[in-house]
Amino acid sequence: MGVAVAIDRVEKHFASLQALAGVSLQIEEGEFFGLLGPNGAGKTTLISCLAGLSRPDSGSLTVLGHDVVSDYRAARRLLGVVPQELVFDPFFSVRETLRIQSGYFGIRNNDDWIDEILANLDLGAKADTNMRRLSGGMKRRVLVAQALVHKPPVIVLDEPTAGVDVELRQGLWQFVRRLNRDGHTVILTTHYLEEAESLCGRIAMLKQGRVVALDSTANLLARFAGQTVSLRLAPPAVLPQHLAARATLVDGSCTFHLAGARDIEPLLADLRQAGCVIEDLRLTQTDLEDVFLGVMQSAGSNRSRC
Amino acid sequence: MTGFRTLLYKEVLRFWKVSFQTIAAPVLTALLYLMIFSHVLEAHVQVHGIAYTAFLIPGLVMMSALQNAFANSSSSLIQSKVTGSVVFVLLPPISYGEFFLAYVVAAMLRGLMVGAGVLLVTVWFAVPAVKAPLWILAFVVLGGAIMGALGMIAGIWADKFDQLAGFQNFLIMPLTMLSGVFYSIHSLPDFWQQVSHFNPVFYMIDGFRFGFFGVSDVAPEVSLTVVGTSFALVSAATLLLLRSGYKLRS
Repeated sequence: MGVAVAIDRVEKHFASLQALAGVSLQIEEGEFFGLLGPNGAGKTTLISCLAGLSRPDSGSLTVLGHDVVSDYRAARRLLGVVPQELVFDPFFSVRETLRIQSGYFGIRNNDDWIDEILANLDLGAKADTNMRRLSGGMKRRVLVAQALVHKPPVIVLDEPTAGVDVELRQGLWQFVRRLNRDGHTVILTTHYLEEAESLCGRIAMLKQGRVVALDSTANLLARFAGQTVSLRLAPPAVLPQHLAARATLVDGSCTFHLAGARDIEPLLADLRQAGCVIEDLRLTQTDLEDVFLGVMQSAGSNRSRC
Repeated sequence: MTGFRTLLYKEVLRFWKVSFQTIAAPVLTALLYLMIFSHVLEAHVQVHGIAYTAFLIPGLVMMSALQNAFANSSSSLIQSKVTGSVVFVLLPPISYGEFFLAYVVAAMLRGLMVGAGVLLVTVWFAVPAVKAPLWILAFVVLGGAIMGALGMIAGIWADKFDQLAGFQNFLIMPLTMLSGVFYSIHSLPDFWQQVSHFNPVFYMIDGFRFGFFGVSDVAPEVSLTVVGTSFALVSAATLLLLRSGYKLRS
């Protein structure tokens, strides 16, 4: 397997804002790769640089060995991008949109593949409907179809399931998984971390334009292995200082990351001793969300303390 | 070349789908101009020995063609920028040269269709002679291309519809209306005659009209040189903008 996407020390500024601060990544052919990070981390800017929508200030990006600036025609032919924004051309039907997009990539008479994409994305009945008449979820699926219309070996999905209902989301992932099994490299950005956990073999986490974690999903989960205890305390409880330093405020609950179940009893004892009354308690296995929060905090975020 | 052909097809299909607005409406506007001006002036004015209505028709044809060529590329670009759908033409492997050519040819085709429509509905009032059809073709094609390219510049530069309207109302409209569509510049005072010579649209209209009547305010060769040079300059500016990615690729 070769390198599908190589990103080398890419920097990008928008006026005084540094959107990318020397990002380097290599994504192998056939990978299902996750690109995670909070809003403003630089994920979309990185994808825009890869797709030629933005030009990096320095560094280089290649798609299957083709530089996205000096050899942009070959690079773009190999790349299919689902943009984050829900955009559409209101003049055309779904089928016209896909035929036109095929033509842009130099492909004519592509109706067999277009029909297959439409069927897989459950858009067959809407093929001759004007784009304006589609619901938000359907427009999102047409965006996915447009990215796939030229059968690109590298597919970039920038938050493709935002606004798509659960059933259709499952259908979309089945289809994308199949494309990945068929050898397509998939790069996914999403705010649904459970999606990234179940789909991605490897994940990079970005923060303030830097890669703050890059590993296989299994290794990332193992790095933060253990359990998470979320506590809702009865007011006017105040955590003692040594506990407050370990806790994170998530959705109004104080969350503690524990190495194992044996750490629960000492924590509860400390809380009792501090006079805290527990209103609600939840114990969960570490998931990607915990890893994400852990990485973001250790990368120097302003975390909310209890 | 499939990318270019598809982009051209998409641009033509875009205005064709709303042809009531993009073709029929400007034809009606030109018809109203003709009815009003010919009614008032036909009995009183002759230009170069030609009846006023016949003189006016080629000017209206060319003015409509030019204005609509500009409107086509500018409105297509600003709409796709504002709605974000411009991304669909920026992601594929289409070169900036193909991009330029597709938008300019589509703009020119809309200009030609509107011009043909205006000619068709106005021949009921007077049938202008056709002395030199190649001059007619040369000026309408080059004029449409210049306006298509100018429309691209305006569409790329403008971030909002009102900025584009400013470009259209304060530059394109005065240049086309004050270019000798409704009069010969010889009827103007000396100062305004001189000013008219700095308006490239004047040469487009004058050269186009020469193709019909065989007479013009300036020699058609001079007009063709000015129009050809203008086309080269506007095209170069548009291509430079596209190559730099100005306001299209951040």
